[in-house]
Amino acid sequence: MTVVPADRPRRAEAKAAGSDAASPRRPGRLRGRLAALAFVAPLIAYLAAFYLYPLYRNLDLSLRDYTVRSFVSGDAPFTGWDNFRKVLDDPTFGPALRHTLVFTFVSIAFQYVIGLALAVFFNRHFRLAPTLRALFLIPWLLPLIVSASSWSWMFNSESGVVNYALHVIGVDPVGWLTSPDWALTSVIVANIWIGIPFNLVILYSGLQNVPAELYEAAALDGAGAWQQFRRITVPLLRPVSAITLLLGLVYTLKVFDLIWIMTKGGPGDSSSTLATWSYQLGFGTLLPRFGPGAAVGNILILIALVFGLLYIRVQRRQEA
Amino acid sequence: MIPSRRTLLAALAAVGTLASLAACAGGSDSSGASDAGGGTYSFWDPYPQFDASSAWGKRVSRCGTKAGVTLKRTAYDTTDLGNKALLAAQQGNAPDVMLVDNPVVSTLVEAGILNRTSDLGLDTKSVQQNIIGAGTIDGAAYGIPIGANTLGLYYNKKVLSAAGVDPASVKDWNSLTAALQKVRSTGKKGITFSAIGTEEGSFQFLPWFWGAGADLKELNSAKGVAALSLWKQWVDDGLAPKDVLQNTQTTSWQEFATGEYAFGENGTWQLGNADKAGFDYGVINIPAQKGGSAPVPTGGEFVTVPVQKDTARYDVTGKIVTCLTSDANLLASDTTLTYVAPVAAVQAEQVRQNPKLKPWVAAVAAARGRTSGGLGTTYPTISQPLWTAVQAALSGGKSAQSALDTAQAGAQKG
Repeated sequence: MTVVPADRPRRAEAKAAGSDAASPRRPGRLRGRLAALAFVAPLIAYLAAFYLYPLYRNLDLSLRDYTVRSFVSGDAPFTGWDNFRKVLDDPTFGPALRHTLVFTFVSIAFQYVIGLALAVFFNRHFRLAPTLRALFLIPWLLPLIVSASSWSWMFNSESGVVNYALHVIGVDPVGWLTSPDWALTSVIVANIWIGIPFNLVILYSGLQNVPAELYEAAALDGAGAWQQFRRITVPLLRPVSAITLLLGLVYTLKVFDLIWIMTKGGPGDSSSTLATWSYQLGFGTLLPRFGPGAAVGNILILIALVFGLLYIRVQRRQEA
Repeated sequence: MIPSRRTLLAALAAVGTLASLAACAGGSDSSGASDAGGGTYSFWDPYPQFDASSAWGKRVSRCGTKAGVTLKRTAYDTTDLGNKALLAAQQGNAPDVMLVDNPVVSTLVEAGILNRTSDLGLDTKSVQQNIIGAGTIDGAAYGIPIGANTLGLYYNKKVLSAAGVDPASVKDWNSLTAALQKVRSTGKKGITFSAIGTEEGSFQFLPWFWGAGADLKELNSAKGVAALSLWKQWVDDGLAPKDVLQNTQTTSWQEFATGEYAFGENGTWQLGNADKAGFDYGVINIPAQKGGSAPVPTGGEFVTVPVQKDTARYDVTGKIVTCLTSDANLLASDTTLTYVAPVAAVQAEQVRQNPKLKPWVAAVAAARGRTSGGLGTTYPTISQPLWTAVQAALSGGKSAQSALDTAQAGAQKG
């Protein structure tokens, strides 16, 4: 770990020195600069219009006391951290944060393990493997509203196919989406199913880069399948795994539509996460509460940002 | 020189694109606000199920033509419409005429974006008081109800007669529960409703809540607890399915339409579907706890006129609204929408044309606006804790009492 902080400034210096050396002070240089700027301008305009401004607006919303009236007239008084304090004091905050973390980490863990198992399986290049692999991508190709609605029908406590299967093997029906003990589990199961293809694809492509000779050599040395997996596959997949996990983390943190379609965060708030709660505050009632809604959204962005920075850091370390 | 010319071209293209974008934005703005005489007027409603070729779509465009303008109709999902209206008002391009769900009216009035009907010279005298109540704030009406709908109990005649239940014997909660038990003993299912965690859930719970005599200002009163206990007992005893927690009014209707259920709590708007369900059905009013009809919440939209910068537009707008809501024209509007008219004379005519509307007219007469009685924009802050409490109790997470205690605490915080 100590290598990284020592390494970073050095690389920055090197870059600065390099760019200085490469800029001879010729008159044509200015035109080149302008050209460069012109090429960057669309990107900057895009970023400003679609990232910076919305972010700024969201921050502004969360720091002002917006009522429906001041939302329309645009003169909401600045109230500092009031909305955040209100949100943090709300009895919904604790459960929502806990559900967000459970939802995210359990989903990721299962998605990764199942994705890896399938990737290793398909890496054996048996007949029909490409076809089967393509079939596994279906959850990814379906619009989320379709998968979420299908899961919600399958989990229906009265007429769902899951309870019917349980009935056939003689187990009592479970209130998958209607019992506070099961609702979160049900949405996690659906989310795992949706996330497996992503893990499968990335890990599979990572496996392609592991040289086959290593396995042959290991086999000659008498390593069994499990040892080959543990001593070759896992270490060589580490960079790909780190990126898969961190991207998955950021994707899963913000999952909203799946939960909203399946349970609306209910029953009660037993499956509400920060994302659904933010929507609920802002748009879920007849009287929108934009300020607190935006505050919850910002907290979520902050959490995602922490993981984003972690991702960049891991990436840097791998490049170094 | 060639590269630099290319650069220049690229820069020009970039600037050109941006400028044309700006021009587009400017263009749409100015066309929205100007030309009061003739031209295009905008009209929003929450009926995406009706397209331009439907009877409703044709009615709307005819009203525009009669007023001498083109009426551009946009249909939004009903849950979307309130927020869309707020955003549009913020951007200064609210529509000329907007149909909104009645509890949204007070929110929009609070936002200061609706005109009083009296300021537009519109006549609301003949409209029934309990129906226009939802759109009346501090004694002034801010919209005209296009029609009203409400909730009743649909029943499946075959299921009831097989269980030996006479629908006329269902007069209060006890007789209803007894009927449900009889039905269950024949292997059929009792009752389905919608207890979803949205406004729909509160809407469906209110007849029972009010039928116990409870008041929205005190959710955790003994009467409120009695109402929630009734629902909880039904679900716990299997008289109502567990999935009422997920049911919207549409999915609840689909359950009832399977023919497996004796009763379904649903609205006037399902009458058309009921005829297609393929079994004999009837409708009774939702009973109050100790007999008689429970007060039901009014559903249905108000025709409202959002504030415009260009006040010259109001003349034409007034003509359009009158075309849609005058007594003479309501009959056609409400027949198209399967709504009960908000005017007694028109109701009588509706019942004459379609006797099936009779129980609904009675129910509407006994209905209350959710935002009536001075609740206004405090209703949403009560309704949300209320549906959360219903969910908490029915899912088995909490007792009726403790769920409503939490709800009351939440409602008081606002």
